[in-house]
Formats: sequence, C-alpha cells, structure tokens
Amino acid sequence: MNAKQKRRLAFAAALLAAGSAVAGVIVYGLGQNTMYFRSPSDVAAKQVDEGVAFRLGGLVEKGSVQHGAGADVHFKVTDGKSTIPADFNGVLPALFREGQGVVATGALDGRGTFVASEVLAKHDEKYMPPEVVEALKRSGRWKEGAQ
Amino acid sequence: MTGELGQLALCFALALALVMAVSGLMGALRPSGLVARRTATSSAMGLLVFVGLAFGTLTYAFVGSDFSIMAVANNSHTLKPLVYKISGVWGNHEGSMLLWVLVLALYAALVAGLQRGGERLTSGALGVQGLLAAAFLLFILFTSNPFFRLDPAPFEGAGLNPLLQDPGLAMHPPMLYAGYVGLSAAFSYAAAALLVGENGWARAARPFMLIAWIALTCGIALGSWWAYYELGWGGFWGWDPVENASLMPWLIATALLHSALATEKSGAFRTWTLLLAIAGFSLSLIGTFLVRSGVLSSVHAFASDPTRGFFIMVLIALAIGGALALFAWRAPTLQGGAAFDTVSRETALLLNNVFLLAACACVFVGTLYPLVLDAVNGTKISVGPPYYALTFAPIFFALLLLVPFGPRLGWKRGDLKAAWRSLYPALGLAAVAALAVLAIVAPRTLAATGAFAMAGWLIGASFLEIRKRKGARASAFAAVLAHAGLGVTLMGVAGTTAWRSEALTVLASGQMMTVGPYTLRFDGVTREQGPNYIADRAHVALMDGGKVRTMLLPEHRFYPAEGQDMNDTAIHTTGLRDLYLALGDDRGGGRFTLRAYVSPLAPLIWLGGLVMALGGMLSLWGRLRAPAPEQEPAAPAVALAAE
Repeated sequence: MNAKQKRRLAFAAALLAAGSAVAGVIVYGLGQNTMYFRSPSDVAAKQVDEGVAFRLGGLVEKGSVQHGAGADVHFKVTDGKSTIPADFNGVLPALFREGQGVVATGALDGRGTFVASEVLAKHDEKYMPPEVVEALKRSGRWKEGAQ
Repeated sequence: MTGELGQLALCFALALALVMAVSGLMGALRPSGLVARRTATSSAMGLLVFVGLAFGTLTYAFVGSDFSIMAVANNSHTLKPLVYKISGVWGNHEGSMLLWVLVLALYAALVAGLQRGGERLTSGALGVQGLLAAAFLLFILFTSNPFFRLDPAPFEGAGLNPLLQDPGLAMHPPMLYAGYVGLSAAFSYAAAALLVGENGWARAARPFMLIAWIALTCGIALGSWWAYYELGWGGFWGWDPVENASLMPWLIATALLHSALATEKSGAFRTWTLLLAIAGFSLSLIGTFLVRSGVLSSVHAFASDPTRGFFIMVLIALAIGGALALFAWRAPTLQGGAAFDTVSRETALLLNNVFLLAACACVFVGTLYPLVLDAVNGTKISVGPPYYALTFAPIFFALLLLVPFGPRLGWKRGDLKAAWRSLYPALGLAAVAALAVLAIVAPRTLAATGAFAMAGWLIGASFLEIRKRKGARASAFAAVLAHAGLGVTLMGVAGTTAWRSEALTVLASGQMMTVGPYTLRFDGVTREQGPNYIADRAHVALMDGGKVRTMLLPEHRFYPAEGQDMNDTAIHTTGLRDLYLALGDDRGGGRFTLRAYVSPLAPLIWLGGLVMALGGMLSLWGRLRAPAPEQEPAAPAVALAAE
C-alpha cells in the first residue's frame, strides 16, 4: 500500500466513523422524541401513561367549552365514540370552534384529563387535519362531503 | 380572450423548451454543432418571452378579477387590495407552478445571456434546463392548467386564505422559488459538465449558485419572520416539515458553495461537487413535492389531487435518477481531484461539507420518518423541536466552531498554529461574551452562554479578517460577512429562546398588565372595517411612568369572503428587544384575553440573515464584475492550481 492509498483508507475510515456517529445520534434522537397521534378512542382503548406527551385529535364537543379562571379553558375532544376532557391555559387559535376539528399537543394528568400545551385548529373552513379525518373515519363518524 | 392567449403562450413555451432541450444537448455533444448551440440560446430567450407572456396574462386576469378563469375564481375577490390580487397569482397551486416555470425560464435566459464557461458546456446546461422546463410545462398543461375556464363564470371569487394576505408572504414564494430553481442552474451545469467532460463548470455555475443561495437565505428569513408576527405564538422556527423543506436545500447549497470553491481554486473534490449540485436541486424538487402535494397538512398544501402528486413524483424520480445515472456513467472519466495536505483549506472545506451534510441528514430523517412510518403501517407520529435540539443543534454548533479556521488556512497546505494564534483575540471576545452573559442576564443557561461565546468567536474572527484585508476589493469581504451573519442570527436565536418572558391575562378596559420590563394598559376594543375584513382592534397603551409612550393595536380579523378568522399581532421593537402582543378570545363583558411576549434580541435573527445574504451579494458582485479568477492575498497557490 502506497502513501496515497493509505491516506484514502484513513479518509474512508474517518468518513465511515462520522457517518455512523450521525446515524447513531439520529436514531437515538428519534427514539427519545417522537410523539404519537391518538384519537380519543385510542386513548380510551390503550393505557396511555400519564405525563407521556402525545397529540390528541378529534372534534371539539358541542357545548363543552368552558372558560375558567384567567386564561384557563376546558373543553372536550371527541371522535363520536370516546370523549376526553382537555385543559388548556393560553390563547386558542382564531379558528377554534365547537364542533370543529382540533389537534392538541400535551399529556394526560392523573385524573385522565388531557393537559394541552399547544392547541392547533384547522387552517380554514375547507380544511380538516388529515389525522382528524382518519380518526373520524375509524370511529364511523365521518360523512363524505358533510363538511 | 386573455385565458386563451395564456394557454397558447404556454403551448408555444412547451415547443420552445423541447427545441431548447434537443438543440442544447446536440450542441453539447457535437463539437461542430454551432447552429444547435445558437438555436438553444435563442430558444432560451423565446422561452422566457412566452412563459412571461403566460404569467403576465394570468396576472392580468387576477388584477381584473376575471372569474371565468377557475384559478382566479377560487383564489381572488374583487374587494382584495391590489397587492394581494397580484400575490394571489402564486397563492394557489396552478399559479405557483407557473411562477416556478417562469423562474426556471429566467435562469435559462441568464445562462444563455451570460454564456459563462465553454460554448459546449453552456449549450449542455441549456439543454438540461430545457428538459426541466418541458417537464414542468407538461405538468402544468396536463394537471394544473391555470387558464382553465369556468362556465358560467361566478359573480364573485372565493378569496385568498387570509393567512396569505400579508406583505411578507406575498414576497416569500418568489424568493424561495428563486432559490429552489436557482439550484436547477447548478444542476444543469453539473449535468452538462458530465456530458461534455469539462472541469471548469464550477466557476461557470458559481453566480447561479450564489443567486440561489442568496434567494434561499432571504426566502427562509422572510418565511420565519412571517411565522413570527403572523401566527401569534411568538416563535420564529417550529421545525415544521414545510420549513424543513426549505432548510434542506439551503444546507446543501451552502455545502455546494464551499465545495465548489475548492474545486474551482485548487481542483479538489471534483466529483463530490458534481454530486452536491445534483443533490441540491433534488432536495428542491423533494421540497416542492412535500409542500405542494398535500402530503403534509399545512397552509402550503394547495394540491390534494393524487395525479399531481404522482406526476411530480415521476418527475423527481426521472430528474434524480437520470442525473445519478449520468454521474455513475461519466464521473469516472473526469480527472481525479488534486491532492492536498491534511492541514489545508481543502480539509476545512471538507469538514464544512461533512457537518452540513450531517445536519441535513438529521433534518431529512426527522422530516421523512413520520411520512414513511405512516405509509408503512399507518402509525401517526410527529417529530418535534426536542429531536432537532438533540441532533441538529450539536452538529451545527461543531460546524460553527470550525468556521473561523477556514479562511485562515492556505490552499493545499495551511499553518494551523499560525491560524490558531491569529484567532486569540476572537477567543478573548468569546470569553468576554460568555462572562458577560453569566454576569448580567438571568436565567443563566448553558446553551445561551455557549451560543454567545460562539457568536463572539464568529464575529470576532470576522472583525480580525476585515482588519487584515483592509483595502482589498469588496468581494474579499463576502465570506467574512456571511460568517459574521451566522453569529448575529445565533445571538438572536439564543436571546429569544433563553430569555423570552410571557404574560397571559384576561383584562377589562382600563386594567393593567406587566410583562418583562413593560407595563401595559388595556383601553378596550373597537370594531374596525378593513378593505376586505372586519376587525376587533384592541387598544393597548405601553406605559412609561404615568404617561403613554406608544399605542399597540393587535387585531382579531374576520374575512367574510373566505369565512375565516385571523389574528394580527402588534410588535413594538427597539431593535434589540421586541414587545409582542396578540389579542385572544372575547370573554364577554368587554373582557379579552391578551397574550404578550418580550423577546430579547429577536430582530437579530433576521438581521443576521440579511447580513449573510449581503455577504452573498458582495461575492456575486465581484464575480459578475470580474469574470477572471479571484486572487486572494493569503493564497499564492491559487493561480497555479486554477485549471
């Protein structure tokens, strides 16, 4: 092996090491930080540990929105089959409405209430988050063209 | 009539694109193909004229509210202000694809007009550019015709998503497209270089890489600025897949700029630079696909028609597959890269590329993994900011650590000790910045301290370089400026992330709130009539002692034409600190929820972007003014190595 080949080999080895290090970091990062999307039925069916962050999606149940002290808001997220109570402290998005689609990020507390850290509503009246559409389809509450 | 004119122009444009593709490639492959090369050049000009005509026609239809054209009826409204009638042209799927092709034609005309590089190289680049234009024109004509007629024409249009009715967002798509499509020029030059077997392509394509990079930088900054003031959550970057789709080409374009410099100046990384040029445009295409196809749910997803997604996917597969096949076939025939020492500027640029690519890989996986998982077994997950904080941030941090060394090492062989010694003052500035942060500002966080030390390191190194190069031509300061911009942005990011304070209260008229150092008085809400919306406007006084310093007027707007609500934030900035106010829900009895943020150093985020872009512009100016190779004072080896 001449000097040039040696350098090439060292270079390839270094690149391989760097590549595997990056791959390791990525895999570890994904393992630690993925958040599942769950419908209320999923939450009811599967035991979700309290404090584990996930995204909850469904419809805001009609008549469920109540304002508490300060900027506290309580509402219920439903997919027709199951309903999960949710708490949020913050400003609701402009398009948040009873009976409309919503996706919230947060975790369950000890009493089975979903404490939301972030609430997203759909972007416009034609639009429904695809995850919500699918959750509604699975629970049999989706009507094609009903929106 | 106008619709048919536009349609006809598009058909002519398609024919010209095909002529350009065939003649351009023929002119590249045949040394004697002078006529073919001339044909390619003139058809590039013709392509611009006809695509421009089509685009102008569509704009005319939007401005004149011609609702017999479906794209206009679905996305415009007579009451919309003129500027949003115009931006509505690209605020929808069909029009945005037309804008894409217009920018593509613009770059083709630039390639033809500037005639950089050898005749055959330019001709080949035009040929590939023609192929791309033809493919996108076919896509437009068959799946997304902007001139599709409605009969009967509706009396009034459906309006434009209010989120898009904003000056920042009116400019954001053209900027971003100038970047995405600018990478197509680098791609075309790379493909042509493979066909012709010419090594001088990196210099020929450099202005286009620079334009693309500048536009991407500005486009990303604009998008982030828009998200900051429009979405009402006070954040500037959410690692949303749509944002990532623009960040990935930027990372690759940055890597390409650096690697191409080495190829041009010392002949190193020949094949690698070609590969990067292909990868950069590929990621632009993938970004377009992700954003436009409706795979991702966002304000950008115009198209939910599966044929369109399929067409774009085939187009991507052909472009990337074709380019890679060409690469595999022809790259081995190119001359091998030039040798360089372990300590040299080439090594620094290599490390730059390794880190940028690693950072891009993190973003790529984080963006696509949820999509793949969903396609495979229907599991819906999302990958949020913590993932990027764990992966992207440390890799980028390591990259920044090395940035000041690059310009201080000579080509072929550098002196690490001398470079290190010359950087002592920058190290001192970094230490001072870290200590100042620890001493003055609470809360003390490791990340913020590190970020400020890094900013001191980058900006200090840039100042040293500026002093050293005093009197040199302006373009010698390009890299220095771009690197300093990184430090400025970093300070903004660290400042807002670590020290942002937030207040959320329900107030009745006359009540006060405090946030950070500010005291605010809520003076109630009035109903205002905008040009195409009705607004609840909150009047909030920023108090200074007992007096009112200024009024902030955040709004909650309702757009009747679109049936949509939107929040309009109010921002009071000192240049170094933003007071940010959003009006929340009506809680009855004249009480409203108000959310306030104080974001220290927030404006620096975008100022840094601007400084980076300015650096790019200096370099571009130097290139276009003097096409001869740049002489750098610190690198006498350049002249020898260049070709």
